[in-house]
Amino acid sequence: MRDALMKSLFMLAEKDSNLMLLTGDLGYGVFEEFEKKYPKQYLNVGVAEQNMMGVAAGLALEGKIIFTYSIGNFPTLRCLEQIRNDACYHELNINIIATGGGFSYGGLGMSHHATEDIAIMRALPGVTVLVPSTSEESEAGVINLYETVGTGYLRLDKSKFENTKSIEDVSVGNANVLRYGSDITLIVIGGIAEEAMKAAKILSNSNIECRVLSLYSVKPVDINAIKFACEETAGIITIEEGNLSGGMGAVISEICMDHGLKPRIFSRLGLNNEYSSVVGSQSYLRAYYKIDFKNIVSRVKLLIHNQK
Amino acid sequence: MLSDIKTQELARKVRIHAVKMVNKGGSSHIGSVLSIVDILAVLYGRVMQYRSNEPKWVNRDRFILSKGHAGAGVYAVLAECGFFNITELDKHYQDGSIFSGHVSHKGVPGVELSTGSLGHGLPVALGMALAAKIDKKSHKIFVVMSDGELDEGSNWEAFMFASHHELSNLTAIIDRNKLQSMKTTEETLSLEPLRDKLIAFGWNVIEVDGHNHNELFSAIDSDTKKPKVIIANTIKGKGVSFMENEISWHYRTPKGELFDQAMKDLGEKT
Repeated sequence: MRDALMKSLFMLAEKDSNLMLLTGDLGYGVFEEFEKKYPKQYLNVGVAEQNMMGVAAGLALEGKIIFTYSIGNFPTLRCLEQIRNDACYHELNINIIATGGGFSYGGLGMSHHATEDIAIMRALPGVTVLVPSTSEESEAGVINLYETVGTGYLRLDKSKFENTKSIEDVSVGNANVLRYGSDITLIVIGGIAEEAMKAAKILSNSNIECRVLSLYSVKPVDINAIKFACEETAGIITIEEGNLSGGMGAVISEICMDHGLKPRIFSRLGLNNEYSSVVGSQSYLRAYYKIDFKNIVSRVKLLIHNQK
Repeated sequence: MLSDIKTQELARKVRIHAVKMVNKGGSSHIGSVLSIVDILAVLYGRVMQYRSNEPKWVNRDRFILSKGHAGAGVYAVLAECGFFNITELDKHYQDGSIFSGHVSHKGVPGVELSTGSLGHGLPVALGMALAAKIDKKSHKIFVVMSDGELDEGSNWEAFMFASHHELSNLTAIIDRNKLQSMKTTEETLSLEPLRDKLIAFGWNVIEVDGHNHNELFSAIDSDTKKPKVIIANTIKGKGVSFMENEISWHYRTPKGELFDQAMKDLGEKT
């Protein structure tokens, strides 16, 4: 996803000299070329996220379009109040990019697991929240946020599902169909899409055809895609590599209740109000916390069986 | 540019407005407001370039009040300097008003940044100063901070950043009234030796009497190659006899006889 990120940042920086990239001293091996090519549009502020967000606000107040960058929870939770008061309340064009969503940095420990960021960032009025599942969505996400007035959050992942959708088709407020199917809908955000796609393939052997939706735009959300999922399939299972409280599954349930949608099946897969304290790779932790493809397969089978 | 006598008069009027606003609104932080009024009067009366009829004039000097709880002082000085009608001040702290206790930019001409949570102003000022440098603009950025808010770590991130990036267009003024929310700064989390700390962080440090307009003007107006910080030694509650150096006036509203006494101290008839 980082390659996709840089592709868009280079394109935008070339086009708009008002664009600036600020990093909290992370991006080794990623930003060197950008710094060399656009030295006046690049700034490593040091390991100081609160200050990074304040500086970003000051620059944005003067008309700059800012991208801030760090990993995990550092560019969000560490400076949440600066995001709320300085960026959002002043309606500034500041786009926050975090890499390492969910268990991307599995073995590094809970400090590096971004598992509540979606819930927290979407709670802030005025923030556009994009969570790509594919490289194309990542590449488009940077451009989408650049073109969207106000504060944005782009949450990238180490893993991704390989897809060939054109980036022109990816836009704020629209979910992307990764797989067509009419039996049940799996809604995903982030790289865990690969688990959902793997599960869908296995379930297809049992004659269960899953629709897989990459929600992508957590805020604003694609209400129609959710509506069609409720009407055209037996229901929805949400899959996220993060805490369930206030997360993506909560978004879908809110939309269903608010809009009178009644999926026959509704279930959320994610972390059940817990911090990850086990050491392991991203795929190990997905299995440990029962959100990997095997658990998706069994959950789908159980719910469809119960419904019959 | 106003003369020293006229900035003194501006300060007196701002103090009167502030006490009246707090009285009417039933709000407080009045001690913190009175502490910085002379700084505001010198900045708005003698130092800063601005157009009150064109608040977003691109070449204006920028002002940020980081200690947002002293918002009443900023509203009053802006009204006195023509940004909006003085009668608007009556709306401070009233239901449906835009004049919140902590300074807000929404709908208020002349306010650059809404603050209230401490430790936000200086980092934002850095961004403004950096933008001016990048865009080769000559305007200056001023930020007024409280001494108590120096407890916030974000300020020390910002102090490092300013000197590293040689932001000589930035002046921070610390309202050194030595009192914070519950006790003195030294009893709470000692700041001293503050001057040495700021020098070590790479700033040009000037210490003045924060109520002496000529000292303030000379310090603010002096040339610098480094970011400048002025430690303005002030008295919390300055100008109202019974409020001076009294922590309780961080919270209390002057009413009745005390309000009358405050007006008397400030040379205003009631």
